[in-house]
Amino acid sequence: MKRGHIIGLGIIGVAIIIIITSIGDASTYESFSTAKSMAKNGNTAAIHVVGELKKDQTGQVVGIEVGEDKTSFTFVMVDNDGTEQEVYYNEPVPADFIRSEQVVVIGTYKTDKMFVADKILMKCPSKYQETDVKTTSS
Amino acid sequence: MMNTFVGSLGHFMVILAFVSALISALSYFYYTRASELEKPSWKNFSRITFYIHGLASVSIAFCLFEIIYNHRFEYFYAYSHSSTGLPVHYMISSFWEGQEGAFILWIFWNVVLGLVVIHTNKFWEGPVMVVFTLVQAFLVSMILGIVIGDLKIGSSPFMLLRDMSEAPIFQINPEFIPEDGTGLNPLLQNIWMVIHPPTLFLGYASTLVPFAFLMAGLALKKYAEWIRPALPWAIFSAMILGMGIIMGAYWAYVTLNFGGYWNWDPVENAVYVPWLIMVAAIHTMITFKKSSTALKTAIVLVISSFILVLYATFLVRSGVLGDSSVHSFTDLGLSGQLLIYMLFFLVIALVLSIKEWKNIPTSEKEASVYSREFWIFIGATTLGLMAFQVIIPTSIPVYNAIIESFGGLSNLAPPADQIGFYTKFQLWFAVALALLTGIGQFFWWNKMDKKDLKNALVTPYIISMVLAAIVITVGKVYDVSYIIIVLAGAFTIVANSTILIKLLRKKTFKLAGGSLAHIGLGMILIGVMFSSGYSDTISINMSGLTYKKDWEDELNKENVLLWINKPLQMKEYEVIYRGRYKKVAGVPGYVKADAMEETGAVNQAIALEPIESSGKQYHQKGDTLDLVLQENSYFKVEYYQEDELKFTLFPMSQPNPTMGLISSPDSKRYLSRDLYTHVSAINDYEEPEWKEDKFINAAPGEQFFINDFVTQFEGAEVINEVEGMTLEEGDIAVKAELTIMDYDVEKKLSPIFLIRGNQVGKIVDVDNDLGIKVEVDNIVPEENKFVFKVNTYQKDYVVMKAAVKPMINLLWLGTIIMLIGFTVAIFRRFDEFQKMKRKGLE
Repeated sequence: MKRGHIIGLGIIGVAIIIIITSIGDASTYESFSTAKSMAKNGNTAAIHVVGELKKDQTGQVVGIEVGEDKTSFTFVMVDNDGTEQEVYYNEPVPADFIRSEQVVVIGTYKTDKMFVADKILMKCPSKYQETDVKTTSS
Repeated sequence: MMNTFVGSLGHFMVILAFVSALISALSYFYYTRASELEKPSWKNFSRITFYIHGLASVSIAFCLFEIIYNHRFEYFYAYSHSSTGLPVHYMISSFWEGQEGAFILWIFWNVVLGLVVIHTNKFWEGPVMVVFTLVQAFLVSMILGIVIGDLKIGSSPFMLLRDMSEAPIFQINPEFIPEDGTGLNPLLQNIWMVIHPPTLFLGYASTLVPFAFLMAGLALKKYAEWIRPALPWAIFSAMILGMGIIMGAYWAYVTLNFGGYWNWDPVENAVYVPWLIMVAAIHTMITFKKSSTALKTAIVLVISSFILVLYATFLVRSGVLGDSSVHSFTDLGLSGQLLIYMLFFLVIALVLSIKEWKNIPTSEKEASVYSREFWIFIGATTLGLMAFQVIIPTSIPVYNAIIESFGGLSNLAPPADQIGFYTKFQLWFAVALALLTGIGQFFWWNKMDKKDLKNALVTPYIISMVLAAIVITVGKVYDVSYIIIVLAGAFTIVANSTILIKLLRKKTFKLAGGSLAHIGLGMILIGVMFSSGYSDTISINMSGLTYKKDWEDELNKENVLLWINKPLQMKEYEVIYRGRYKKVAGVPGYVKADAMEETGAVNQAIALEPIESSGKQYHQKGDTLDLVLQENSYFKVEYYQEDELKFTLFPMSQPNPTMGLISSPDSKRYLSRDLYTHVSAINDYEEPEWKEDKFINAAPGEQFFINDFVTQFEGAEVINEVEGMTLEEGDIAVKAELTIMDYDVEKKLSPIFLIRGNQVGKIVDVDNDLGIKVEVDNIVPEENKFVFKVNTYQKDYVVMKAAVKPMINLLWLGTIIMLIGFTVAIFRRFDEFQKMKRKGLE
């Protein structure tokens, strides 16, 4: 066997390891109900849940409670299946949180009642759909 | 008055640029095939069409900037990316905030590079420019803005607002022009964002040059000759891309709130990967020049780097990343076009190389372990694997999109802990690279066998051990993996320095590029290890609250709440928040927000008291002040050690109406570490909601409490002048003097009570920091008592995060040295190319 072959095999080996770990370490998109059953089965890996903030009839976001020292907060999120869930985030309320159209929380269930987010990603209304041009002008 | 001329001119120039690029491509193609006799006229015609294309491209940029610079808000681009309050250098950022502007920038750089290629090459001009002009045609098509039926080609930056917006105002008045734009994303209002995008796009653009030379080489069956002219460009490309990446990292460090310079975000990865591949390509190209091996690898790598840049563009701008990236890029509906662009060149490159593959010379000789080719090849392989490891998970959203387009369902998400995931591979690859560069450089400059190698490596090995031991002891590095990083980094630095010194002794500085770049790598490695591995959040768990939820104490609270004037201990520092400040043009430092009142005009305020800075008075009371971006507030945070003020930081924050709270950190810079402070949440400074009235009776000299503040009623006096009004005969004005104590600060409040005839007037005094409003409600002369009406509001606060980042300067220094190394190498290789050209060989 030539040295070139050994190196070639080595490269292929490392590449396979990379692919396997990429799949192994990849997170998944779940709903709150699947996430809950995962946590019940002892799987504490962080997962992604996509949803929206809970809103009342007038479109106002409801259920945001900022902690006493303002460094953490909880909010109510509705996932794509319509399940409501209280989510805790150990950071101050992020910029443009209330305006977000869609929220992705990455985290896991700490108790039956509470989903703890390690990270929150927000999708905000695009500027390109802007319809309310300010009309205070000449 | 609406100005539609500039837009029409701009749009015309876009079409002209597109058409001229196509004609130029065709013309250059005929030029390469023409007989010697006809060549000069084809060449002239091709050049003229390219010059027209260049002129048109510059005009596009000029038109767009004219629109932004003159605040023509009738145009959508100016309206949505700029505003009247922006200084000129941020208008430049507005230019490339939108995707269309970014494409224009890219087009512009390709024109510049094309001109350089035309004037530095004889033989290669024709075929290389065919590739260039084709790329230009694709790029210009992205901003073409032509709609044929349902087919939309490109997104024009010259659209009028009324054609983009559905606002009802345009139905009433189509000539309506908004007074102001929605402004530039405040995160981009940073000097690094003025220069980072042009640098990065020059890097993007420059990957085209080696690719074009390669395509030319394959098409003309000059399988090896393309390397020499392409090599300086490949190094240039790696240098500029690297510089662009580092500027982006630095921008993230000084303006973004995630507290670091690198986040392994898909958008960052998308540029990191082509850079790695380009660096690998350079190494194999150099190997080939030296020893005629690795040509095929070089070809594959050069193609990959160019295609990966297009792939990066596709990832970032097609919207496929969706919610997996913190970078917000809007989908302009260009994804199909971007995909065609990428596939077009991928297919051409594949077809050409597969067709010529068996004709490409290879060396039959097996590389010896003691040859430099062997070690460089291993190094290039490592770089390739690093790139592979990043691109595979970064593309997860693409796999999902593919599966979904075939009707499947995939719930695969990117790794939850991106930083941990990528670091665990990249770190060890980087360690391997560092070791390889150390060994490789020795082989590079010397013919070696086993014994020579041992002798050559023994001294640098010992020195680097000693150096590493010192770093480990002084830096208190006790983690095994970190120790290995320090060892590897130190070895690279020492081994390459040995070579560098040797080269300098021979006065051949020209050849020092490689060793310099590798020394930079070693420093970057150690710098990253310290600044990330030993980053210490000093604001952690300092709130002193008992947690309501039982699991909450497992979580680290990384933010602290600072009430104004109230000291808080954070590790070895005592910090005190001192209030909100503004920046005023012409006044050094910052000016207290309470000392001014905004007028409603953009960036303008009236001074409520004399404006002073370090003892010098800059403005009188009542002067008009020019604010530097009125939205920006600076929060004064003092750091004490042993009751001595060590330094003061002013982290910035801006409550943005469209984006929420935008914050930029401020750092105390030491040579060996940075102390980084960042605002996470602020008080609401709009109309405060005063709590209900409270009445307090007090005699002069008496003490009482307002909202827990000890307040001393110093006394009252009859005054003859009241600001802002003229006293009439018989008027009585009484001013009460209150002193409010808040920790080490004493505040004076002086409400005024006025009597005119049988009417009373009350002038309130407000302190916004403490959230107190006091008014003299009545005076009871019989009891010698004053009745104060007091309203309170939440006193001022700030929630912030602070972290110490050790040795971050080593990282920046390392990148600078690496870039210098690249630059030296560019000169050397370009020089070689010029010499060969003069000999008539190119």
